[in-house]
Amino acid sequence: MDKRFADLAAEGRPALVTYFMGGDPDFETSLAIMKALPSAGADIIELGMPFSDPMADGPAIQLAGQRALKGGQTLKKTLEIARRFRADDQHTPIVMMGYYNPIYIYGVERFLDDALEAGIDGLIVVDLPPEMDDELCIPALKKDINFIRLATPTTDDKRLPKVLENTSGFVYYVSMNGITGSALPDPSVVGGAVQRIKGHTQLPVCVGFGVKTAEHARAIGASADGVVVGTAIVNQVASSLSEDGKSTGATVPGVEALVRGLSAGVRSARLVAAE
Amino acid sequence: MNETPKLNSFRSGPDEDGRFGIFGGRFVAETLMPLILDLQDEWNKAKTDPEFQAELKHLGAHYIGRPSPLYFAERLTEHLGGAKIYFKREELNHTGSHKINNCIGQILLAKRMGKTRIIAETGAGQHGVASATVAARFGLPCVVYMGATDVERQAPNVFRMKLLGAEVKPVTAGSGTLKDAMNEALRDWVTNVDSTYYLIGTAAGPHPYPELVRDFQSVIGTEAREQMLEAEGRLPDLVIAAVGGGSNAIGIFHPFLDDESVRIVGVEAGGKGLEGDEHCASITAGSPGVLHGNRTYLLQDSDGQIKEGHSISAGLDYPGIGPEHSWLADIGRVEYVPIMDHEALEAFQLLTRLEGIIPALEPSHAIAEVIKRAPKMGKDEIILMNLSGRGDKDIFTVGKILGMGL
Ligand SMILES: Cc1ncc(COP(=O)(O)O)c(C=O)c1O
Repeated sequence: MDKRFADLAAEGRPALVTYFMGGDPDFETSLAIMKALPSAGADIIELGMPFSDPMADGPAIQLAGQRALKGGQTLKKTLEIARRFRADDQHTPIVMMGYYNPIYIYGVERFLDDALEAGIDGLIVVDLPPEMDDELCIPALKKDINFIRLATPTTDDKRLPKVLENTSGFVYYVSMNGITGSALPDPSVVGGAVQRIKGHTQLPVCVGFGVKTAEHARAIGASADGVVVGTAIVNQVASSLSEDGKSTGATVPGVEALVRGLSAGVRSARLVAAE
Repeated sequence: MNETPKLNSFRSGPDEDGRFGIFGGRFVAETLMPLILDLQDEWNKAKTDPEFQAELKHLGAHYIGRPSPLYFAERLTEHLGGAKIYFKREELNHTGSHKINNCIGQILLAKRMGKTRIIAETGAGQHGVASATVAARFGLPCVVYMGATDVERQAPNVFRMKLLGAEVKPVTAGSGTLKDAMNEALRDWVTNVDSTYYLIGTAAGPHPYPELVRDFQSVIGTEAREQMLEAEGRLPDLVIAAVGGGSNAIGIFHPFLDDESVRIVGVEAGGKGLEGDEHCASITAGSPGVLHGNRTYLLQDSDGQIKEGHSISAGLDYPGIGPEHSWLADIGRVEYVPIMDHEALEAFQLLTRLEGIIPALEPSHAIAEVIKRAPKMGKDEIILMNLSGRGDKDIFTVGKILGMGL
């Protein structure tokens, strides 16, 4: 992951971080989506772990999780998606993103071992703030799996050091107080927030929540080290499905086309060399 | 005498991280963390602020109608032929249940914190009504999230909330019950952190909620303990309460936890039986997991996905339970047992006919447990039960099941 960010910095452009839901709408299709992401321009992949009660997600990602669970997706199968992807692609960093309970029930140590074996580079677990670091963050760091933390507009300067303390890989700045899938806030405000975080850390700062188009990606990518797109991809999957919720011939190509557009966006975002 | 809590006290939790043993904690999104820490600071100050305590006491006496009576249920006692049965009459409170005790306390906190908007989740609608009531009393706008299934089965309460000026938002996700309403309330809170106070209705959620809800509800047990000493000159042998999220139960249990002679029983919703998924017996039939900000017993599958659960009573229809109950169960201080829908329904009818009290379906579960235990106990023994709410809201549900045209 560190190498990926260093390479991109040398290229002078932000990373495109793409989120999709593991198992949506079924195992094979979501594996095909994952395999299609790097050549369409994704630099880092966030692999969503479905959860029945995604408290920080909007309707789009909630529904994606429900589709996946209905299709029989489990944490074990989500790890299997990563493992199968890793067999063909040894370079694209994979970050698993979701909620704690399925990991807790799987067993933290067993999960970390299986995640390592599957080629996972990092974890984002929404409901584990720094106060809960003993649960998963510290054990993950001990096994050299990055623990990527969310910083939000409510994370003030007093709290930032605590949030950043055990963070590695990158910092995920949530561009607004809200759930996934909300509207994009003013890029200049986001830019200011990114600078504020950079005042506290050397880690790359990626921005997510609200980025849907190449235009957004370009605007946010002007100040951030990476742009995270999730809801737009999940919506693209949803819109391609047949009436009974099955994948169609348009599912994978639709995601590819979207990501290609987003990739053009980040590639045209000139990083302003602030230093 | 040394004033610090006894080392072996059951009443000293949670620790500063909000843990009761392995249970509790603060499993929330980063956006909410600063708020929860603020709330904890404010609560720590309020706890020892004589002005806050005085206002709470005043409103308790003049607005809620505290103390609620301790009532000797003479005819039920006679009918069952065993232990003497006392009810703590929380159903006589303003708005008809114990929920108001917590709402008054929390809205005073919200006011201290300068919040201008109240949100709440509700199952049976009792907490929604109590929240809408205190919001009206303090002139704050209020949004109540309620599962669509519950909106239907608790229609009278929906109407009451609307009359009180609250906006009721039906939640269709999942099975449209309390868990889904709580998810949606959390989403609202994450989005409106600056202005909004989340008034949680039960002794669950992230720290400090389980603690502060317990403390606001402990007035039930504190009063009942004194009233019992006055009425009988001694403590009860058995204390019983129904457990949804666990607020009325912890409220009556907590002041008795260190009284070794007092057995304590929490009654979970056994629904249609524990064999399938149609129950809400988180402790009896669930396992520890993390949901809604805390680690606690949950109904979940082998992949850690939360199950929906079922209960005839909307207020017990929740796949989790407050973390302090999980701890009390694990250490063996409190026993938790299930009562089935049909047993609760029979208890509902029996109490109505024998005592002229129409109980809510939630405490009807506790009554059903009393019906099982009292005959096996001696006439010199005493049971104290929390009659947490009245049944006006449930007459349509019950009428439908009994085939009465309403
Ligand atoms: C009358 C009554 N009792 C009990 C409950 C269950 O909640 P808790 O377990 O928090 O007391 C409810 C919930 O709505 C209720 O209305």
